[in-house]
Amino acid sequence: MNLEKVVFGFFIVLAATLNFGFFIGDLDNPIHHEVYELFAAIVVNLIATVLKFGDRTHIGAIHLSTSLVADLQLIAAALVWGYSLHVTGAGMTPEVTTKVVSLSGGALFANVVSVVILIAETIMQKR
Amino acid sequence: MNPAAYESTFFLALRRMRAPLITLILIYAVSVAGLTLVPGVDAEGHPTRMSLFHAFYFISYTATTIGFGEIPYAFSEAQRLWVIFCIYLSVIGWAYSIGALLALLQDQNFRNAVRLQRFSQAVRHLREPFYLVCGYGETGQLICRALDQLGLRAVVVEIEESRVSQLDLHGHSMDIPALAADARQPEVLKLAGLPHRCCQGVIALTNDDNANLAIAIAVRLLAPALPALCRAQSVETASNMASFGTRHIINPFDKFGRYLTLALHAPAAYHLLEWLTGIPGTVVKPHRDPPRGRWVLCGHGRFGKVMVSMLEQEGIPVTIIDQAPPAEGRERWVRGDAAAAPALRAAGIEQAVGIVACTKDDVDNLSIVVTARELNPELFVVLRQNLQANQALFDAFESDFTVVPSQIIARECLAILTTPLLVPFLDEIKQRGEAWASTLLDQLTQRFGWEAPAVWSVRVNADQAPALAHALAMSAGVAVPLGNLLLDPHDRSQELECQALYLTRADGSVVMLPHRHTPIQAGDRLLLVGHGVAQGALELTLHNENTCDYVLWGREIPGGWIWEQLARLHACWQGAGGSTSGGGVKPDPGGVG
Repeated sequence: MNLEKVVFGFFIVLAATLNFGFFIGDLDNPIHHEVYELFAAIVVNLIATVLKFGDRTHIGAIHLSTSLVADLQLIAAALVWGYSLHVTGAGMTPEVTTKVVSLSGGALFANVVSVVILIAETIMQKR
Repeated sequence: MNPAAYESTFFLALRRMRAPLITLILIYAVSVAGLTLVPGVDAEGHPTRMSLFHAFYFISYTATTIGFGEIPYAFSEAQRLWVIFCIYLSVIGWAYSIGALLALLQDQNFRNAVRLQRFSQAVRHLREPFYLVCGYGETGQLICRALDQLGLRAVVVEIEESRVSQLDLHGHSMDIPALAADARQPEVLKLAGLPHRCCQGVIALTNDDNANLAIAIAVRLLAPALPALCRAQSVETASNMASFGTRHIINPFDKFGRYLTLALHAPAAYHLLEWLTGIPGTVVKPHRDPPRGRWVLCGHGRFGKVMVSMLEQEGIPVTIIDQAPPAEGRERWVRGDAAAAPALRAAGIEQAVGIVACTKDDVDNLSIVVTARELNPELFVVLRQNLQANQALFDAFESDFTVVPSQIIARECLAILTTPLLVPFLDEIKQRGEAWASTLLDQLTQRFGWEAPAVWSVRVNADQAPALAHALAMSAGVAVPLGNLLLDPHDRSQELECQALYLTRADGSVVMLPHRHTPIQAGDRLLLVGHGVAQGALELTLHNENTCDYVLWGREIPGGWIWEQLARLHACWQGAGGSTSGGGVKPDPGGVG
């Protein structure tokens, strides 16, 4: 067992699960979407991105790019949330909630791709 | 170090930033999350909690030590407690991250990786022809300076770091990318532009014969079309290089031996050769011709052996002075210290006509010739100078010949590289008799002086002489005499200060010393000698169509397409009017019965 692989797999899967946890529920119901979960998803996604730095392989490059996509989408979601809550003062209306959640849905897809690559990489390892 | 290793250090460096970055992210996450969970009070005293947005804003300016104060409401004591914790945590996080970043930038491997990256980028972005010079010792420096003066670019690979840093101090007018690496590694040569399409040739000048050999092989296999100029100090290396088809092998001692024998039996040819191959800007001094008679040679090393065999081929008896016991089959051998008078007397210095001082030590060589001159002031002195640094001493002693290997190699390389036609012409000089060379030398030095002239080649094709090639194509069979081409583009009644020495045709035929009526044809290659100004003027003629037309035919062509068309129309009108103009007359193919 390789501790590095454990940490790596842990963060990638955790990023995907947190993202999924935030995404699941009615699209426009703010009660179903906890903002702390979004915060945790962003933090874990950032850590997963940094963990992928410096890998020279082709798979490593794809890993890094999916993570960057997820980061981008989640940060966009956080910006929309912060803007409508604090700048315009609109609060979590169904429209705002829909925007935030659908953005996180895009990030979820990228995270799923990341997990699929992780599984494929594991299967390719014949040891 | 291996270039591949440099690249992996770059990725390794990136990996080393993982831990500091993750630490920063975690510190921010913990601080922000904590701040939103700690209870606070709003302006009216109601209990409230900070929003994630405000918490992130607060932590961002606190962690970066900007500090705007407590927002959106004054903090409760519990919040202040947490903020104290956050402040120290973030200071530690930043100190650690910035420290790691600075350590990374100081890291020797990382800096090498960055330097290599910059070098390969500089080479890749070269868009002009350049030469790859391996070894930046005395010879390499001479070559780079000369290439720089000729307006040619160079790329340098040198194993010693200190010499590479010297490169910046030498004040070249053009930027010379340089790398401190072992040129024996093919990867290094590849990075230095061996497969680059602008690379014109490789010059291997390291003081290690094995390294030069390795470079020669690499060039032969990786870029077979490129000419490689390799220095070889031993006969074995030279023959090894020749065995796989290295085109130019330069052995400085062998080269000088040949010069000296040429000077012995054909002084004029020798002077002509020296004048033509002199480094531009230096004055070639005509010196007295080496006499025939008994010679004394001190130091039977690599150079000594070459000199003995060359002199004996000329039928000149040589007495050798060396510390070592006599070599087999040698009769005239004095064992002893050549710098002392007894050994020189024993070798018969009083009766000798010439002396060759060619030990490896400059001071020894000087002391030998000073003593020998005292014993016999009429001696013809050949002196070997090993280090450029001792130039002042050798200048002060007026020898007849000073052999500086680095200069011999540099001159030879430049002659081969810049004027490919010069080598066959020089061979031709050696073939023709002494009288022929003497006449030519007198004629050339009377016209151009004893200062080393500019010697250059011109190829008549669309690439190197677009205007002339166009004019030849348009002349439709009218012969273009060489004399017309070599006229001053500013005033056609003046001739340019240059002369054609050698002309090769596309079909391989050769014209020695073409005169002014010799016709020029497409595909010709010309070897010219003259002043640098004439070279520039001729360049203008070869490239500018209007100038070319004026120089060749004395016509002033109007510039621009419209004026050209108008002029053509005008010529047609005149032709229709029946008047004959002095323009190009097309020769009628002779009627065949």
